[in-house]
Amino acid sequence: MKWLYLSGIVGGTVCSDLLQSHGMRQGNGRAWKLPLAVFFMAISFFSFTQLLRIAPLSFAVPASAASIAFDTVLARVVLKEKVEFRRWAGAILVAGGVILLAQ
Amino acid sequence: MRFRVWLLTLVVVLANVGGNAILGYAMKQAPATVGVIGSILQPVAMLGIVVLIAWMLLRMRLLGLADLSFVVPVTAIGYVLSALAGVFLLHEHVPLRGWIGTVIIMAGATLTGLTEHADKPRATPAHSGKDRPQ
Repeated sequence: MKWLYLSGIVGGTVCSDLLQSHGMRQGNGRAWKLPLAVFFMAISFFSFTQLLRIAPLSFAVPASAASIAFDTVLARVVLKEKVEFRRWAGAILVAGGVILLAQ
Repeated sequence: MRFRVWLLTLVVVLANVGGNAILGYAMKQAPATVGVIGSILQPVAMLGIVVLIAWMLLRMRLLGLADLSFVVPVTAIGYVLSALAGVFLLHEHVPLRGWIGTVIIMAGATLTGLTEHADKPRATPAHSGKDRPQ
């Protein structure tokens, strides 16, 4: 159950981040992207509250950072952002550290 | 612009950590018999939710000022601070491996924050990153 809630957090966060970033850039996209982003955020949030009931905060929050790796890759692939080597390295370090912290 | 982005980043991180800590405390206090809705309708949980809503709105504003690939890794320091809040406020135990992970996260966040042009304002909205002035 713990991993199901965690999947809800990570999947919801990644979808919400992409929609927020894209929606905030394109004024004509806000009409549907931002509400949809809030919907995915709600999925992530409800999963988070239920994970907090069965797992420590020091696990729940760091483990949810698994979304960083997906976010960085999708920021490059989907949003076409220019991601420098140092930012890739930083994101990978953060994700690796979070995985260690979560174990 | 640079100062504004960093100040907003700081506020976003503090709101995230504070909201998580309050919500974490509230959810641990919720009786096992209470359902999903009941657990988040507790007064303390509602306070945590209000702080996290403020965090969400401020983060959306930050995403309008800086790249997603800047905002996400830099605000990741909040994950570490939330773990520290779990230890010191909620009396949780984090093993040595967890603290090593904490140091790695801080190194990664610092490295990402040193990236040049990370918080420059965006070009014309419809344009992709490849034609954005650097």
